[in-house]
This record gives sequence, C-alpha cells and structure tokens, in this order.
Amino acid sequence: MAELRITINGASYKALDGMTILDVCRREGIHIPTLCNHPDLQTRGICRICVVDVKGSKTLQAACSTPVEAGMVISTTTDRVRKSRKTIVELLLANHYTDCTVCPKNLNCELQSLANEFGLTDLRWKERRERTIPQDDSSPVFIRDNNKCVLCQRCVRACDEMQGVYAVANLFKGDSMIVGSAFNKPIGEVVCINCGQCVAHCPTGALSEKYCIEDIWKAIDDPKKVVVVQTAPAIRAALGEEFGYPAGTRVTGKMASALRTMGFDYVFDTQFAADLTIMEEGYELLGRLRSALTGGEAPALPMTTSCSPGWIKFQEHFFPELLPNVSTCKSPQQMFGAVVKSFWAGKMGIDPENIVCVSVMPCTAKKFESIRPEMARNGRPDVDYVLTTRELAVMIKQAGIDLHDMKNSTFDNPLGESTGAATIFAASGGVMEAALRTAYEVVTGREVPFKNLDISPVRGMDGVREASIKINGAQKDWSFLEGVELKVLVAHGTANAKKVMNAVREGTMAAHFIEIMTCPGGCLGGGGQPLPGTPEIRLARAKAIYEEDADSPLRKSHENPSVKKLYEDFLGAPNSHLAHELLHTHYTARGQY
Amino acid sequence: MLRETLLRKLDHLIEFHGKARESVLPVLQDLQATYGYLGEETINEVARTFGISQTEVFSVASFYHFLNTKEKGKYVIRICRTISCELRDKANILRALESELGIRMGETTHDKKYSLDYANCMGMCDRGPSMMVNDDLYADLTPSKAVDIVLSYR
Ligand code: SF4
Ligand code: SF4
Ligand code: SF4
Ligand code: FES
Repeated sequence: MAELRITINGASYKALDGMTILDVCRREGIHIPTLCNHPDLQTRGICRICVVDVKGSKTLQAACSTPVEAGMVISTTTDRVRKSRKTIVELLLANHYTDCTVCPKNLNCELQSLANEFGLTDLRWKERRERTIPQDDSSPVFIRDNNKCVLCQRCVRACDEMQGVYAVANLFKGDSMIVGSAFNKPIGEVVCINCGQCVAHCPTGALSEKYCIEDIWKAIDDPKKVVVVQTAPAIRAALGEEFGYPAGTRVTGKMASALRTMGFDYVFDTQFAADLTIMEEGYELLGRLRSALTGGEAPALPMTTSCSPGWIKFQEHFFPELLPNVSTCKSPQQMFGAVVKSFWAGKMGIDPENIVCVSVMPCTAKKFESIRPEMARNGRPDVDYVLTTRELAVMIKQAGIDLHDMKNSTFDNPLGESTGAATIFAASGGVMEAALRTAYEVVTGREVPFKNLDISPVRGMDGVREASIKINGAQKDWSFLEGVELKVLVAHGTANAKKVMNAVREGTMAAHFIEIMTCPGGCLGGGGQPLPGTPEIRLARAKAIYEEDADSPLRKSHENPSVKKLYEDFLGAPNSHLAHELLHTHYTARGQY
Repeated sequence: MLRETLLRKLDHLIEFHGKARESVLPVLQDLQATYGYLGEETINEVARTFGISQTEVFSVASFYHFLNTKEKGKYVIRICRTISCELRDKANILRALESELGIRMGETTHDKKYSLDYANCMGMCDRGPSMMVNDDLYADLTPSKAVDIVLSYR
C-alpha cells in the first residue's frame, strides 16, 4: 500500500492508500463522533454524524466512508462541521422516544452520549415522540423497541455479516422505514438464533435483553429456596469493565465475594461442568473415531461441538440434515444444572424442587437454551434463570456493592473446582484445546506435544483456523489411532460456521473434529457481555483468559479431582448410561422456510 | 396460487435472469407483473430459490413503490405525495377518500375493489393536487371531485 500525506486541522500526517479519514483520525487520537460505524461491521456511511470538511469539496464528507487521498486537507472542527453534526443529533432526537431514566441503555447509550457531547439543553423540534410502535417482545431473549431505533443498521449488519442469519433488515421506505423481519412478523416467528449480537451492536436502547433480575431477588429472599449460582468462564474476564476496570482485568475472586454478599447460598463455577464436558465430549469423539476406523457402524464425522446454543439453533435451521454430526453433549451450563439437581441435591439431602439454579452467562442464547423442553428432567428445568454479564452488573449495583470493595474469595466446593482447560472455554479455540489436552493424553498416556500445553495453532482471532496432531505411541486400547493425523478446525461467528458446514455438506471437509462458537472471539465476545465490544476489547479479554489458564495449578480437565470423584461416586465412567441420561441431549430439525 | 405453477415460473425466471443476489429485483418485478403482488408464499419461494433469507427478499420488495407485498384492489388509487400537491391541500383529498372508502392509506377495501396508495411526482405540479386511478391521471382535484371520480370506477 502506497504511503501518502494528508493534513488534518493544520498538521500533516502519514496515511496509507485505502485508509479512511476516520482510520487516520482514530490512529492519531483526533476525535470524530460516529454512530452507524462499528469496527466489527462493514462501513455503510448512513448516519453522517462523522462529517468533516475536506478542502475543495462542496459538501461535508463522512469520515468513516471517505478514503484518504494524497494532499487532502481536512478540518474536523469548523463551524459547519459542528453545526451539521449537532443538527443530526437534534433530528435523531426529534424522532426518538426518549425516556433515558428508565431505559436499559441509560449511561451506556451512544445516542445519549452524543446528546451530551453536543451539550444539548433544549430540543429544536419541540414535539416529543411518543411510543407509537408497540415493542416486540416475541423473542425469548430480547426486546425490540423501534421507538428508539436510529436506523443505523448495525443490528442488520451484525445479523447478516457476522452471523449469516439475516433475521432483520430495513423494511419499507422513507418515513415509514423500520427495522424488522420478513412480512413485518415479530422476530419470534422468524429464523433467529438468539445470539444477541444485534443487541450487543445496537448503539441505543432499541434492543435489550430480557431481564430476569426480579425473579432472582425473589428466589434469594425466599427462605425455602436454596439458590445456587454458576458463572461461565467468560464472565470473570469481562465483568470488571462494568465497574470501570480496564478490559482484560480478571475479577474472579471479587465476583465470587460479590455473589456471596448478594445472598446466593452456593457460589459454584460453570467451569466444573466445562471439565465434565471435556470428559464426555472427548470420549464421544474417541468413540466415533473408533467405529469409523475399526469398520463399525459408520458414525457421523466430523463431530462438532455443542456448547454454544446460538450455533445449535443455527444448525437446526440451516443444516438440519447434519445434526447427527453435533456432539450429543449438553453444554456446560446445562450439565451443571443437571448435576446440581441430581448428584449434588442427593449428596446434600436437598429436595431438587427447592433448588433454584441461576447461571451467569456472556450470552443471550443461553436464556433460550435453559427453557428448551429437552433441558428438563421430570418437568423440572436443569437451569432456572440465566443472567447476562450485564444483568449481573445491574444486580451487583442494586445490592449496593462496588466490585472494587470486594475481597478475593474462591468458589464453593465441590462444584466450584476446575482446571485451566475449563477457563479457556471462554475463547474461540479453547474447547478444542481443552479437548485435545485430554484426548491426546487418554490415547497416548503422554501430554500434548506443545510447549507449556499451549496449543497455539487453535488460538487467535482468525475466523476459521485449522490444525492437526499426529498420534504416535497410542496405548493398547487405542491402537486403531496409531499414526493417525487428527485434524481439527475452529470457527467462530455463524457466518464462518456456514462456510465450514457447507464444506461438510459437500463432503470436502477433512477435519475430524470442529469447534464452533457463535460469537466473535468465542463466549468472551458473547451477546450478553459488557458494552462496547470491539476487537481490541476481545483481545484483552482473551489475554486474561489465557493468563488465568497459565496460572492454574491444574490445566487438564481429566485431572479435576472433583470431576474424577463425580465419576467414581455417581456417574461411573464417561458416556455411561447415567451420564447419557443426565448429560446428553438431542436436537430438533427446524428448517429455514 | 398453485405452488407448482409458481415454481415453474421461478425456474424460468432464474434461467433468464441468473441466480446472483442482484437478480432478486428483476425476478420480483416479473413475478409482480404476473401475480399483481408479492405474497408470503411468493417471497418464501424466491428466498428458497436464491438461498437467502425471506427477510432480505421482503426488505427489497417493501422498499420499492412499484412492488406490492399485499394483494391490491381492482382499482389502485395513487395520490401524489410531493410537496406541490401537499401545498395544494392533498391532505383533504386523502381524508375524503379515506372516509368514503372506509380504509386508511395503504389499505384495500374488503371487497378488494379499491386500494389507497401514495405515488411520487406525476408531473402535474402546476395543476395539483393530482391522483391516478390505475393508469388514468386526474388533476385540479377537490375532495368531492376526487370522490366522484373514484366512485365512477365500479
Ligand atoms: S436509547 Fe439512549 S437516548 Fe434513547 S432513551 Fe435510551 S438511553 Fe436515552
Ligand atoms: S439474535 Fe442473532 S440471529 Fe437473532 S436477530 Fe439478533 S443477531 Fe440475528
Ligand atoms: S435496532 Fe439498534 S442497531 Fe438496529 S438499526 Fe435500530 S438503532 Fe441501529
Ligand atoms: S459514522 Fe460515518 S456515516 Fe455514520
């Protein structure tokens, strides 16, 4: 790329051909307000809030979508720039149902920040917009309030570009334009995978997750109920952001204390169940390989992971004929619930009817997963309520707790014990890495041949990553794997998953085992995580996750003492009859049209 | 509408226009010409044929004024919505027609006889307000004149 020079506000800067004015300004710390632009999404240049003066052009130019040219002279502070930006905010507000004090995005809203940035103290267009469009609460996980929509299309692009679903689009035109779904049907009646990436990319309160906060306070206040909480690995690396910690700060110990202070009776860890998942899923994979390689009944290969519920629903809609390829393992959240209400209830002598199992997830799709009929036993759901990371932050604040004041504490046992292999479930590639650490050792009796157990080829942020491990020195039981090159593939974002599954459908996929995460970067970029979520923030969270793994005394799921004991005392062996009954599930072919 | 006929028609159109995403619009135009509107079934089959989402197809269909996503009446009344007709009291014409026909802008009467719709400029700005009933153009309207004209279509 050719280097060129441009002038911004009188100073000269280097730029590369292909950069936009916004790219250069961001790099140089020159503030340009943006609204429709988002680093995860393709640039559309819709809102015009980012306008700048470019010498020689009659009209103001949108910084986000104007490429730099050699010798360009740009001004970001002229009267004209200031006035038109301000007018845009005023126009947006004129058509906005503004009720900030009771809005889920209060103090975390890009429109509100813009109003603040321009110091608006009055509305030029006096008539206040009412809530003229009914809210759409048909989704099991989120609410759309089009009275607060600024038509920036960030949700539309997230759903199409990142997830390959295209559940929402601009409908109609002119002043009737709204964001909605085919035939203007409620979102609950069209194909939607509940991933919440639209929610996470919406700059305003037009999209927000459905809260279950009050139900949980009620359970905590009910003396008859034993309220158990589990937190997913991705929470500890992100919750701090809601309290002003820099992205990538680990708050595991403070979070455990906060949960206890809030009144949860037992503070457990989803990571326990993640280790358990690795045992079940690892043996399932080895079982499928055994029948494939020893000429048994032809199993569905490649096997794909099953812990990301957005991906599960995606597969049910878009590739129903490939559902046999999906591991039958429940996700860690659901395995956890199933163990709490069976083994743990028995051990503690508590009637499972009185246990309320709450989980804290980085994810909106987990809310839907918990209410799937197949995720219940005797009509009793494994998991009763699912909070997003953002909702947990609200609850902590409601309880008058500042996370900074909390001392570090640990999870309760036995369901709070875990290994570093479980921590990395939060990052794309982590489930694969954890599975390989265990499966390789089960087969060969030796550790995976990677320095410090870090399987770096499966780490990173590329949309699709491939790796392979050659199995040498397989032990007697596993001799059919001797010399086999185990091929694995990792993808995140269901738009990437679609490409991968198309290859599986066409029979051109070489991998044996595929990890799919619905959200960018894996769970740490989930639809329920603190806002904003950008590539840099996700990298910081990932770094924290891998550090927590590196610091863990145990880093292989099969070494988790409490998981071992669970097998000894209760389940028998991985994939045993009881394990199948409690920890495995089936899926529903749903189709697309 | 018979599904087989629709599918045959679609096959035909795909052969002609191709299956790239940008062919959705011409295919919709042709289907509209055949069926008069693009209903749920039609949009679903177009989406399936192109392998894209119904929402994407519906978004395109609902964007263009010349594409209908709802079945229209025998007579489509289009009222000019441009600024010059607006200044010449278009609003009263619309109000008179709405109350005479008992429908709102964008709707169709129960007997499927009349639909009310907007149109962009008809080139009659000097003689507004103006409207079209199917292909016939009327200008210099008053509310009662507009009602009489419309009722003369039976
Ligand atoms: S979306 Fe933003 S500006 Fe609108 S009410 Fe909510 S917080 Fe206020
Ligand atoms: S939840 Fe996911 S699939 Fe559903 S509309 Fe939002 S982005 Fe699209
Ligand atoms: S719902 Fe949110 S993200 Fe979608 S267009 Fe409206 S404001 Fe933008
Ligand atoms: S941010 Fe540039 S046009 Fe919206």
